[in-house]
Parts: sequence; C-alpha cells; structure tokens
Amino acid sequence: MNLAHYIGLLENSEKQLTEAFEYVANKHKDEVDIEQVCLKLSAWSREHHGRIMPFVEKYSEDHESEPASLKRDLFTKKRRGSLALLRDLHDLWLLTQEAQLCWIVIRQAALGLRDEDLKSCYQFCNTRTKRQAEWLLGRIKQAAPQTLLVA
Amino acid sequence: MKETRDSIDDIWGSRTGYEGQWPVRVDERIEEEPDHWVQSACVLCSNGCGMDIGVKEGRIVGVRGRAEDRVNHGRLGPKGLHSWVANHSQDRLTKPLIRRNGKLEEASWEEAMSLIVQKSKELVQKHTASSIGFYTSGQLLLEEYYALGVLGKAGLGTPHMDGNTRLCTATAAAALKVSFGSDGQPGSYTDLDTTEAVLLVGHNMASQQTVLWTRILDRLAGPNPPHLVVIDPRLTYTAEKATVHLAPRAGTNVPLMNGLLHLIIEAGHINQSYIEAHTQGFEELKKIVSKWTPERVEQLTGVPAEKLLAAARILGTCRTLVSTALQGVYQSMQATAAAVQVNNLHLLRGLLGHPGSGIYQMNGQPTAQNTRECGADGDLPAFRNWGNEEHIKELAKLWNVHPDQIPHWSPPTHAMQIWRYCEQGSIKMLWISGTNPLVSLPELDRVRKIIQQESLFVVVQDAFPTETTQYADVVLPAAIWGEKTGTFTNVDRTVHITHKAIDPPGEARPDFDIFVDYARRMDFRGQDGSPLLVCTWKTPEDAFNAWRECTRGRPCDYTGLSYAKLTGGSGIQWPCNEQYPNGKTHLYEDGVFNTAIDYCETYGHDLETGAPRSHDDYKLLDPQGKAFLKGSDYEPPHEVPDEQYPLWLTTGRLVYHFHTRTKTGRSRALNHAAPDGFVQLSAEDAARYGIQDGDMVEVESRRGKVQEPARIGGTEPGLVFIPFHYGYWDKPGRPRAANELTITEWDAVSKQPHYKYAAVRIRKVNA
Repeated sequence: MNLAHYIGLLENSEKQLTEAFEYVANKHKDEVDIEQVCLKLSAWSREHHGRIMPFVEKYSEDHESEPASLKRDLFTKKRRGSLALLRDLHDLWLLTQEAQLCWIVIRQAALGLRDEDLKSCYQFCNTRTKRQAEWLLGRIKQAAPQTLLVA
Repeated sequence: MKETRDSIDDIWGSRTGYEGQWPVRVDERIEEEPDHWVQSACVLCSNGCGMDIGVKEGRIVGVRGRAEDRVNHGRLGPKGLHSWVANHSQDRLTKPLIRRNGKLEEASWEEAMSLIVQKSKELVQKHTASSIGFYTSGQLLLEEYYALGVLGKAGLGTPHMDGNTRLCTATAAAALKVSFGSDGQPGSYTDLDTTEAVLLVGHNMASQQTVLWTRILDRLAGPNPPHLVVIDPRLTYTAEKATVHLAPRAGTNVPLMNGLLHLIIEAGHINQSYIEAHTQGFEELKKIVSKWTPERVEQLTGVPAEKLLAAARILGTCRTLVSTALQGVYQSMQATAAAVQVNNLHLLRGLLGHPGSGIYQMNGQPTAQNTRECGADGDLPAFRNWGNEEHIKELAKLWNVHPDQIPHWSPPTHAMQIWRYCEQGSIKMLWISGTNPLVSLPELDRVRKIIQQESLFVVVQDAFPTETTQYADVVLPAAIWGEKTGTFTNVDRTVHITHKAIDPPGEARPDFDIFVDYARRMDFRGQDGSPLLVCTWKTPEDAFNAWRECTRGRPCDYTGLSYAKLTGGSGIQWPCNEQYPNGKTHLYEDGVFNTAIDYCETYGHDLETGAPRSHDDYKLLDPQGKAFLKGSDYEPPHEVPDEQYPLWLTTGRLVYHFHTRTKTGRSRALNHAAPDGFVQLSAEDAARYGIQDGDMVEVESRRGKVQEPARIGGTEPGLVFIPFHYGYWDKPGRPRAANELTITEWDAVSKQPHYKYAAVRIRKVNA
C-alpha cells in the first residue's frame, strides 16, 4: 500500500504551507493585509497538519520521507521590491495547489478504504485549502497590474 | 436674530409624543430676515434633512427646516442650524495655490489646471493611468461623483479611485451586498413611526443623527413607545434611553450578535416559511451560532447572560423591528461579518420589506451613498458588478468607450491600498477632493510621511485650508454646499436637491466644474473620436440626466426623477421610475432580492479572508433572488491590551462636530460647544492613575501619542475613549488627533479601517 507515501507528501505540504505563510507574513509586514491574512492561513495549515498526524501513525508502516524539493526553488531571499510580493504570493499559490492535489489523491484512497475519519478530515481541510488558494489568487490579481505596469 | 430653539443646549428640542404620522415642527435660526429662501438639504449627517437657505444680499443669513420633507418634517439639529456660518469664514480658500520653491503661492486657474494636466499626461505616458489615484469625499454631490467616476474610469482608466467613505460607509455597502446581492437600504425612516422595537448596534444615534433620534424620542414620548435595545461599550445618550443596554468588550460584536441569533432560533422565534422561501444558508448559520450560548457570550463579551436573554426576548417577539448599525460595528473587528448578523436577524424573522420593519446600515456622511452609487469609489456606477462582463459592456456602451478601458480586471483598489501604493511610489499623483486624510486616516504619522514623499504629486481640492492642504503641490479652491446645485441621497434612499443660494467666494469653483474642466483639458475621447461624456456636460443637470440613463433597470433606478420633480416639495426615494413615480418606500417587499447572477452587484466574498468569489463559484450557489444568511465565528482583534499597553482605546464622534471639523469647527457656536478633544476614562482607572477631571493625560500607543484633558465617567474600566477628528488647524500646540494612536489595518471584506480598538497606556502629565 502506497497510501503512507501520499500522506507523507501531504503532511510535508501542509508543514511547508504553515511555514511559508508565516514567512511571507513576516517578510511583508508593511502590507498589513498580507501579514494578517497570511498568519491566519498559516494557522489553518498548522491545524491541518495536526489533523493529518493520526493518519500518519495509522498508515505508517511504509512511510517514506518525501523530498522538500518544491520549496527549494521557491521564496528566494534575493527578491526585492513590489515584484517580491507578487512572486511570493505566486509561490504560495503553487504550494496550495500541491497540498490540494495531495488531498484529492488521498480522498480517492479514503473512499476506497471506506475510512470515514480520513474522509471527514479531507472534507474539512480541503475546503480550507481551496479558500487559501482563492484568497491568494484574489490578492495576486490585485497586485499584478500595478506591479507589472507601474511599480 | 431669530432662533426657534437653542439646539446647542437642548440638542433634540421639545417632545411631541406620537404614533403614526410624525408631527411637523419647523426649526429655524436666522441672523437677519432673508430676502428669499432657497431649497436645499443638510449635508452634515446621513439623515439629509430638508432645509431652506435664507439669503440676503448674496449672503446666507440663516436656515429653516422644510415642513413638507419626509425625512425631518421641519426639524433640524445643532449642526444643521449652525454650520452654515462656515461658508462665510474668513479663511476660505479663494485662489488656486501652487507649490513653488517649497511654498504654496497664489496662482491662476489656468496655471493650476495646466500643471495638473501636464503632470497627468506625462504620468499616463510613462507609467499608465495606474500611476494616478483619486481620493475623494463623502461630501460631494451626486453629479460630482458621477463626473469623477466617468473621468476616472472611462477617461483615464485608473483602477485607483476611492475616498473617505471607505472609512465610514464601506461596511454598510459590503454588508448589504453580502446579504441582499446589491447595495441599497431595504427600509425607510417612516418605519420608525410605527415600529415596536429598535435595535441600535454600535450606533450612538443621539449624537450622530440628532433629528432621526428626535423621531425615536418622540415615539418614546407617545402612546405606544418602542422597546430599545442598544449595543455600545459606552453609556451614551442613546444607551441611557435603552430598554436593554448591552455593553460588550471591544471587538466582540460578532459573538454578541451570534448569541442573540442563537437565543432567537432556539426559542423558535423565527419565520420558518420566510426562511425557506427567501433565504439560503440557514442550516450553516444555525450551526455556527448554536455554539454561542449565553454563558459563553458572557464570558467573552462581558455582557451578563440575563441581559442577553432580555434583549433576545424583545428582538425575538416584536412584530416589527428597525435595526441600525454604525461605526461601532463598521470600524471594529469583523466589521462586515457583524453587520451581516444584523441583516440575518431580520431575514430570520421575516422582518423587512413592510412598514415598521427596516434595516439602516448607516452612513457616516450624507452623500456617501452617492459615492457608492456613482462609482467614485471602488464600486461601478448603478451597482454594476465588476466581475460581470455584461455590466462592463453596458457601461462601455453608455460612455462610448472600449470595455477594457474601464478597469475591471481585479478587485477595485480600496483607499488603504491607494495610500500604500503612494507609500511605495507606484502611485505618483494623488488627487484629494473634499476631505482631510491628515486627520481622518489611521496612524497619522505614517500618512504624514507618505504625503510628503518627493515621488508623490498631491492635488488637494477643498474649501478651507486643512491639515492636508498644507502638504499639497496644488490646492484648488472649491465651492461648497449652498454655493452650487446638485442632488444627494440619504440613508433611506431619499434623494434631495440642493440649489445654489449664493456665489462661492473669490475664485472658488464647484467640484463639478473642476472635474469637467480637467476632462476637457485632458481631451478624453470616446471610441469614435467624439469627446467623452463629461466634456459635453455644461451643468450639473446635464450630468444628472446622464446619470438617470445609467441607472435604468438597475436597483437604484433614478429615471423617474428630475430637477423639476425634486424642486418645490419633499425629497423622493429611489427607485423612482414609471412603475414607482413617487418613489418606493421599501425594497424587497416580495422577498425577491438582487442576487440573481446577471443582476447582482457582487459574486460575494469569503467573509473570513475577503477572497472575492468568481462567476463560476456563484453559479454553483445560484441563489436566484434568495437572500444569503451568512454566519461567522469569532476572531480576536489583532491588537489587545498587554502589560506594556494595558488599556483599550476606542474612538467616536461628538454631537457638535463633523468630519475633521473643517466646517463645523468654523462655526462659533459649534466650536464653543465642543472646542477640544478629551480622554474619557472610568472612575476606577482615574483613581488608579491618580487622574482628576480636567488633568492633562498623555495617551500612548505603539504608533504615537496624544495629550488630552481627562473626563471621568461613562465608560467601563479598562476602556478609554477619545473623540476623533480633532486635529491641528485651530490648535497646533499639542498632539491631540486620536488617529496618532490608531492602527493601520482593515476589515477583510469591506476594507474599512479599524478605528475602534487599539492598545494604549496613559499617564498624567505634570503641567
């Protein structure tokens, strides 16, 4: 069974999201809404991570560690100016997509296993992952024209 | 001098108890007998009282209420009776000013406008129109907002248009959109004449809308007085009259409202068939509020459970109900979510759309509704939806421009973001009209630094020298109320006309003329090369007629109104069209709301994050005219008292002053009644800090400090209150603007800043 592999991937994704939202919140403190919403969304991912942990234990026999490869290329420290904000939001959005895809894959397994707990965990977390992505997309759309054309 | 009543000492005047039709009482105050009277209406609170301006030899010599007006039946409040004096104040701006070698110097209109136009063209060419922003007021007239909306959106094509209405009424608009699909107040002021109960949430009506409050006081003195439920952390004049006064801790409006809704649902005091036929989202709302038991609410908000029960009993059993909300909701944590709970109460009980039941999501300023309607703020004209391509096409057709000329590619830029872009240097020209952000914005120290940046070219259009004009690169002298003709719309959708009574002083010009002149000089043209709409407007009436066409078929339908129809009698409510030639008293009588996908003004937001919803998301909901019931759980404020800053600060307005006192501060009587700010604190806190009444107290937050004389009593321990909008133009000596202390942050949905809480510390200053 490869479920543990994906749960590991998911766990890692939510952990990265937690850290990434917090990182962006701190980096862009001058953007008040970014700081506040990102801290809130970081807390969401932290909670997701906590909710996944029982399943990590439950399905742990084949657990492999997943590479944190996605993160390495994201959030380069060198970025400056208003483009940095846009790129950081962009990278956050990519991370949410990674998490969301993991959730979708795991949902399929949960259905097959008839694991009601995992299903309801998916229900709760996936909806919020989607809301994270939606907020990012809205904020990206707001920042994009000004950043690309004027700033 | 003739004065029918002393409104300074006796703010609301004598009582005439009534039920049914509010009796007439004409308030008048004239310094000399006028030659003639000119029809107008008051612009100094969102009530919009009908009044006449008395004119003698080209000067205003007094005012009187209009007996036939549906809004005030002749009554006027202290600001209405006294503030006109400011029109003749000696320090009016009468000539354009241009900054030369660091100093503002007199210039001609030709020089000033040429400079602005040259700068605009340069910026558009180099950086696109997105390098230009407009920050306007809640004090202009409909025609002026529409002119500004058209020139900004169709002429320049900048997405950066907003104004100080973001600071006062943005949440009102947002909450109405969230629940009902579009802006527009469901109720009517006449609801107060018969209602059984009134709920005031974060709304000190006795101070902010004195004439509307008079209407309630007269009901209280009548045969069938309504019950009053007041939610306010302070014991205000309004709270003193309450049947039940709930005083929640700062930032806890949502749990309190959730607690009330929970009790009402639990007691079965809801209208199940209305909910089923006309709303969406009941089960989810019920689930959220069910967690808020009276005990839990008491623990978090400090409101005793038995008081909550008493309030819920009134709100759950009254057969008619009027609810109002204002800045205590709009400028606090979870603003939109809390305001929406007020709408939910009415939807759950089916109490809207008929006489005696209404919701007033109040405005801070009287003509603020028009910014929202006309598109001088982030919204599009006539409640069109920026996410709806068809709506954009309608506007493009109306204005004869390409749809993509109208910025609609992302959520509109809100005021705080406009200032942020200025701070970052990407907005390079900011045109401020009719407002004074250097007193009204939060965290003033930051705003002062922004406005002084070399990279920012600042145009300020105002009638008086203000804290803001002193930092301008160009100052344009504007005409004000009484000196120009136009219309405006109050909170119950009543449209009034205000006619020009006198000439503006010196070379001051109406804002309308200034905007049209700019559009003409910029040579804005439509797709076929003909001059853009505003260039063909000669008078405000031309603009009004164009506006009527813009509203055709939209919820705010003005097509049945005209200058002629508005002149001579009472103000008239919109919608006013063929179907409703005399206006419509209530919206949503049939329980059909403006939520249909092709009609709605917004596809909605995530109430917690503020993320805008897309057309496709909305399609899944497909409300088809049903209203939304939307719940929210509690989120704590972002700054709370701690060891370093142990007290809560909250802010508000006084009865005698209005928006940064630019005008009211120049009326001797109003200024004399409330010449200075103060810090109000409880007797317990006063004792702890060794402070006596009148002592000078330093109040400090993480962002700045002020010094204010102490006033003891009327607030809970742990909470201090400072009236905002005292600034420096008449008292430069000490820091006293409350906004030196307030926090830069805003509601996720409405983007309205949070003025109602900040953590502060206090100490007595040794003089």
